Amino acid sequence: MVNNENRGNPKTDLAYRKKKNAEDMRYQVISFGLMIGLTLVAFLTVASDAGVWFTVPFILLLAVIQVAFQLYYFMHMSQRGHEAPTLFLYSGVLVAFVTVLAFVTLIWW
Amino acid sequence: MHTEEKLTAETFPASPEKATLEGKNKFIGFWLFLGGETVLFASLFATYLALKNSNAGGPKTTEMFDMGLVFLATMLLLTSSLTSVYAMYHMKNFAFKKMQVWLGITVLLGAGFLALEIYEFTHYIHEYGFTIQSSALGSAFYTLVGTHGAHVTFGLLWILSLMIRNARRGLSLYNAPKFFVASLYWHFIDVVWVFIFTVVYLMGMVG
Amino acid sequence: MSTLKKKQGFGAVLWDYLTTVDHKKIAILYLLGGGFFFVLGGIEAMLIRVQLMIPNNDIMSGGVYNEIMTMHGTTMIFLAAMPLLFALMNAVVPLQIGARDVAFPFLNSLGFWLFLFGGIFLNLSWFLGGAPDAGWTSYASLSLHSEGHGIDFYVLGLQIAGIGTLIAGINFLATIINMRAPGMTYMRLPLFTWTTFVASALILFAFPPLTVGIALLMLDRLFGTSFFNPELGGNTIIWEHLFWIFGHPEVYILVLPAFGIFSEIIPVFARKRLFGYSSMVFATVLIGFLGFMVWAHHMFTTGLGPVANAIFAVATMAIAVPTGIKIFNWLLTAWGGSIKFTTPMLYAISFIPSFVMGGVTGVMLAAAPADYQFHDTYFVVAHFHYVIIGGVVFAILAGAHYWWPKMFGKMLSEALGKITFVLFFIGFHLTFFIQHWLGLWGMPRRVFTYLPNQGFDMANLISSIGAVFMAAAVIILVINIIVTTAKGEKVGSDPWHDGRTLEWAVSSPPPEYNFKQLPLVRGLDALWIEKRAGKQSMTAAEPLQDVHMPNGSILPFIMSLGLFISAFGFMYRTEFAWGLPVILIGLGITLFMMLLRSVIDDHGYHIHKEELMDDDDKGVKA
Repeated sequence: MVNNENRGNPKTDLAYRKKKNAEDMRYQVISFGLMIGLTLVAFLTVASDAGVWFTVPFILLLAVIQVAFQLYYFMHMSQRGHEAPTLFLYSGVLVAFVTVLAFVTLIWW
Repeated sequence: MHTEEKLTAETFPASPEKATLEGKNKFIGFWLFLGGETVLFASLFATYLALKNSNAGGPKTTEMFDMGLVFLATMLLLTSSLTSVYAMYHMKNFAFKKMQVWLGITVLLGAGFLALEIYEFTHYIHEYGFTIQSSALGSAFYTLVGTHGAHVTFGLLWILSLMIRNARRGLSLYNAPKFFVASLYWHFIDVVWVFIFTVVYLMGMVG
Repeated sequence: MSTLKKKQGFGAVLWDYLTTVDHKKIAILYLLGGGFFFVLGGIEAMLIRVQLMIPNNDIMSGGVYNEIMTMHGTTMIFLAAMPLLFALMNAVVPLQIGARDVAFPFLNSLGFWLFLFGGIFLNLSWFLGGAPDAGWTSYASLSLHSEGHGIDFYVLGLQIAGIGTLIAGINFLATIINMRAPGMTYMRLPLFTWTTFVASALILFAFPPLTVGIALLMLDRLFGTSFFNPELGGNTIIWEHLFWIFGHPEVYILVLPAFGIFSEIIPVFARKRLFGYSSMVFATVLIGFLGFMVWAHHMFTTGLGPVANAIFAVATMAIAVPTGIKIFNWLLTAWGGSIKFTTPMLYAISFIPSFVMGGVTGVMLAAAPADYQFHDTYFVVAHFHYVIIGGVVFAILAGAHYWWPKMFGKMLSEALGKITFVLFFIGFHLTFFIQHWLGLWGMPRRVFTYLPNQGFDMANLISSIGAVFMAAAVIILVINIIVTTAKGEKVGSDPWHDGRTLEWAVSSPPPEYNFKQLPLVRGLDALWIEKRAGKQSMTAAEPLQDVHMPNGSILPFIMSLGLFISAFGFMYRTEFAWGLPVILIGLGITLFMMLLRSVIDDHGYHIHKEELMDDDDKGVKA
């Protein structure tokens, strides 16, 4: 995807880099289109009369997929040099998941 | 590379935000911060999920939420995420003025989102008497969605400050990491919004 | 800017410390702040033990006792133990990885001042209507109804201090990830740096739930919301979950660096490398991970149900496994070594049985059905004091002695140090060992007095006598520090003579820039390898060149002051008209300073290589 080489050589091929950046931008716009699509599907599912037991897990799945697009494409997590960010973000996701799980199962009146 | 170097399109590195030690530190420091923010918002989401049926006899979410408004707000914020990607694209190409334009559009879209949210809150307060104090649901709703809104507000002020401060300086290795980190923040608040519109609004409309 | 030491007046030194962004000076600030609050928490402990010395004692009312007990716990954990550990981390970690400073020197300073102002705010409660009185855990049933502003001081003070801790955690993570010297791979990091790394990750993920919890408590108390109040649909268990999702990892944040400190001390004073380095690293990471999966063992008796209780019980017991791995590795490190019983080594050797005792009572508590008997009795008090004092406090005392020469250029007196150790060790066991029995005999915790002739009288008296020993020990330590500062001899870069890690390669104290040239690391125990190869100093990894240093700044002090001011506004908003303006002024100060920091360019300054060449004896010598 994007050329992230930090070559230190001041005369890298400008045209090549511009082409790479433009190609990356195309991927971003496609991701955006897909995200809009996912959003639309989620809203339409809720507006329809699919039951609660299908709708809720389904829209949660759509949300996770959309967030994956944000993280991996808009925020470049798929590119080189993102090993530590990926580790720490997923660790945060793990703690977040355990917290939410506890609250929806271990709170009662 | 030194931060004070005068650069051109050819000499501008491919990843300007990480070309200096300061830039590398800001990059990892900010991703770490986002890891912590993930847990912060998760705690607020978890609290909301525990309390979303505790409306104390007041209005329920199925009565109040309006699909059209939430969809419009989502479109505004999602599009603003794309426009900030465009801004970064221009930054990598050393096109300072174009970056500024796209950042400006991002700010306008974000402001539109905020305006809708302020309208929405005042509507709930006046139409239903649904406030942060009226029930546990109210407390949880306004705290979660309000904290997100506060993050949006801070982000807009941040991006505006960067745009104004650097308007006459152009791009350098000193401010490139600053713009990049601000755009990472902006994407993250869209990530949080995806979960808010799903868990709070959509789930709140299904009942 | 010359690196020669100029004789400075008091005003200049004060301004230097108010504006410093140098990790070495910030370490000293944390040591002073943490030390001060440690003494305060110790006085609170003495008052508790005086009140409980005899049955039906009336030195203080129940209400005052609750305040003292709450402040003892809150102060010791948040304002003493954590800052003292941050002192050692700041002093040592950048040197151990061969770096010139941390990743964010400005934020390092901000973290300190936020801690200090948060701690001061919390303690002002004593003078402004009463301290918090719902325990350090501040459960949101009692704490919602606590009269007066005590809990508000707790909520606001900890929020301010907590932001400082989070900032410091991110700082150490970024430093260790990005700023290691050439050749310093992750698996060549010294153990103290590894434990700092994992503890900082725990801080990053454990403090946000606390932030949310105390923010919600503040909203309930000061803004009329209903998170925890059942009348309008709230639930008190939410507080318990949020608090303990923070609170359990918090104790690992405390103990992992303690483990790291002992992993440094034992090899040096046994003249033998750490046994099982890879498994120590693995165990540290595993303890960190499991630490997030066990919090509900603090909630066994709330009614979670048998399935939840079983899951959390088993997970809790599992943590004993990697901890046991560490214990065996320390023992096997010392076994066959050439042991020197210096003060740090005495603490290290006594830590092993003391901490293990605390650990095994922890496994007893982990058995959920048994916990129904132990919960809220002195058995729990005995357990956690054994692991915290036997683990964390011993480590802080050991680490202070071990690294004192590096931080201050003088060695603490070994004679006085050993006396402190003996008194403290005796006092600690005298106070807390008997408390296991008090708990098993049925004495509940958090009670301000007890009736006579229940079998508690003699045990409580013994426990209180132990406290006197610990107080004497601390007094001797303070004397040690004063005498050393006044008359101690200056030492060189490796005063213990057997240093294995990079901090012993630079002078004591190090020059402003730490390393003239960043060192080349050839393996684990980087300095030891060079010594074994017969070299006097580290090989340089770069040519001698200008060194870039950050400028100091008064902004962190002012930013913290702004939050401190706004806290008064939050607290008195409903009672006084000046409340809201004070909130806005305080927050405005903080935000304006943040804006100044953003828009004013601060590129630091350079130390030119000619000045570096002049600096004798400050290179990387063995």
